[in-house]
Amino acid sequence: MGLGDVYRQQFRTTLASFIQYRASIFIWTIDRILEPLIYLVVWSAVARATGGSVGGFDTAQFAAYFIVLMLVTQVTYTWVMFEYEYKIRHGSLSFALLRPIHPIHTDLVDNVSSKLITLPLMLAAAAVLVVLFRPVFSPPPWAAALFVPALLLAFGVKFAVEWTLSLSAFWTTRVGAINQGYFVAALFLSGQMAPLSLLPHPLQVAAAILPFRWMISFPVELLLGRLSPGQAMTGLAAQAAWLALALLLLRTVWRAGVRVYAAVGA
Amino acid sequence: MEHPAAVRATELRKSFIVTERESGVGAALASLVRRRREEVAAVDGISFALQPGEIVGFLGPNGAGKTTTLKMLSGLLHPTGGEVSVLSHVPWKREKAFLRQITLVMGQRSQLVWDIPAADSFELNRAIYRIPASDFKSTVQELTDLLELGPLLRKPVRNLSLGERMKCELAAALLHRPRVVFLDEPTIGLDVTMQRRVRGFIAQYNQRLGATVLLTSHSMADVEALCRRVIVIHHGKLLFDGELAALVGKFTAHKTIAVKLEDGEADGVLAERVLAYLGQYGDVISREEGVVTLRVPREETARVTGRILADLPVIDLTVEDPPIEEVIERVFAAESS
Repeated sequence: MGLGDVYRQQFRTTLASFIQYRASIFIWTIDRILEPLIYLVVWSAVARATGGSVGGFDTAQFAAYFIVLMLVTQVTYTWVMFEYEYKIRHGSLSFALLRPIHPIHTDLVDNVSSKLITLPLMLAAAAVLVVLFRPVFSPPPWAAALFVPALLLAFGVKFAVEWTLSLSAFWTTRVGAINQGYFVAALFLSGQMAPLSLLPHPLQVAAAILPFRWMISFPVELLLGRLSPGQAMTGLAAQAAWLALALLLLRTVWRAGVRVYAAVGA
Repeated sequence: MEHPAAVRATELRKSFIVTERESGVGAALASLVRRRREEVAAVDGISFALQPGEIVGFLGPNGAGKTTTLKMLSGLLHPTGGEVSVLSHVPWKREKAFLRQITLVMGQRSQLVWDIPAADSFELNRAIYRIPASDFKSTVQELTDLLELGPLLRKPVRNLSLGERMKCELAAALLHRPRVVFLDEPTIGLDVTMQRRVRGFIAQYNQRLGATVLLTSHSMADVEALCRRVIVIHHGKLLFDGELAALVGKFTAHKTIAVKLEDGEADGVLAERVLAYLGQYGDVISREEGVVTLRVPREETARVTGRILADLPVIDLTVEDPPIEEVIERVFAAESS
């Protein structure tokens, strides 16, 4: 009974729905494998052309970076930002509001379920890439141990931030523009296109002040053994702070949004 | 002591701000600079109360404010003014204790998950509403019997016909045995047989659980079959609240009398004399296969009936109210003019 029961049922529901969309899920997963792969190929070529390394990354280290990045992206991605506009405009949020449970639970379970389903494919892809690109990384044991909480916090921050942003649909019909701006910023500042250390200093600062570094790049850096224990602890603290802030914002924005929805209707 | 009302609306109001512009590029550009905003009252100060166990028809033409009112009663919309109370809760606060006791079914929208069988959606609702397993089992069984859901529950919802889906929709909405049920066009798009089944089901649910039901429908058959009492709104204002029979009495000044005469009396040569005779009491509105239908003022009905029976060779005579559709149409027409 209780929330655990809801999660279990929602998981089964999501699973059943996903099975109906095997082909799309497969294609989306391929998408998430290809993107880091493309950056990996490009950066490896750049490294070879400039005498073997760029900004402290040689080809094997780029391989390690992008393969770990791929797995971290898999764990942390969400698609709530694409969903809420539809839910709000078409009124399907109404049913969610009439249930005696916060809609975020459904989204959370949905999200986690889809990842569990695609995880084997991702791991297989990672194994193939390891054979092909021969990455080198040797994290100290403490860093490998901290990687797990860092990864979960990264997911928490990303989920809370994106869920909050998706609620902009309560106020504007131009959610697409907001999403676009956010994704471009995330592409650069979360380390998806290149390791953050290769970016100009001001951008690195921006990535660390904004939540972006803590959503993806930080756990990758940690597992690659590129952080000192002090930097790792500071990073975890930054993640925790962002998570707390994002949850607070989420609560406030949700309440305000629902008030608008209740005022305007759908 | 009087029971507290299950649903009470007092001077309930809801207005929306709408921006409007003329069609065309010029108007589109102009609207960038200055938007014309207008406040439209969708619900304009209506008051009513429903007693526990009542089943009430909520009538009005499109845009009358029915759905807006249902949304305020279920907690989706915040009223602009007035007060509303459902089972002693303020709906828009959407407290869990409140949400567990109500349901809103919108005939044109679906709460079921599209790609999976309804049975799976039911399980999800069981978890969300924390329905004890034994209650859940017996409720599903009961709903399956009443609505004849059997084979439907195992098919993905998207493969169901509209009527089949609607039955599953109703079942899903009632699994937690809500004490107050809001139904917005529950029979829309259904064929006559299916409409009848859904109506029967609503009546049974109401009787078995003593649930309070507020129902909007464009099908007068729904209303006649289910509701003794109706509330009629138009342009957001309350036009009528009372027994369906009284609505007919209030808004129609006439009754129709259909007279069947002995063979030949209504046809041929005699016909003119018969018609002239009947014409003195009211308007002859139709004449076919030996049956003449006459419209007479309400208060004259008894006297006219007596005279006709005395003066003509009558085989059969029926006195009827005009069809309810016609009455409702007249109500709205009277209000608009």
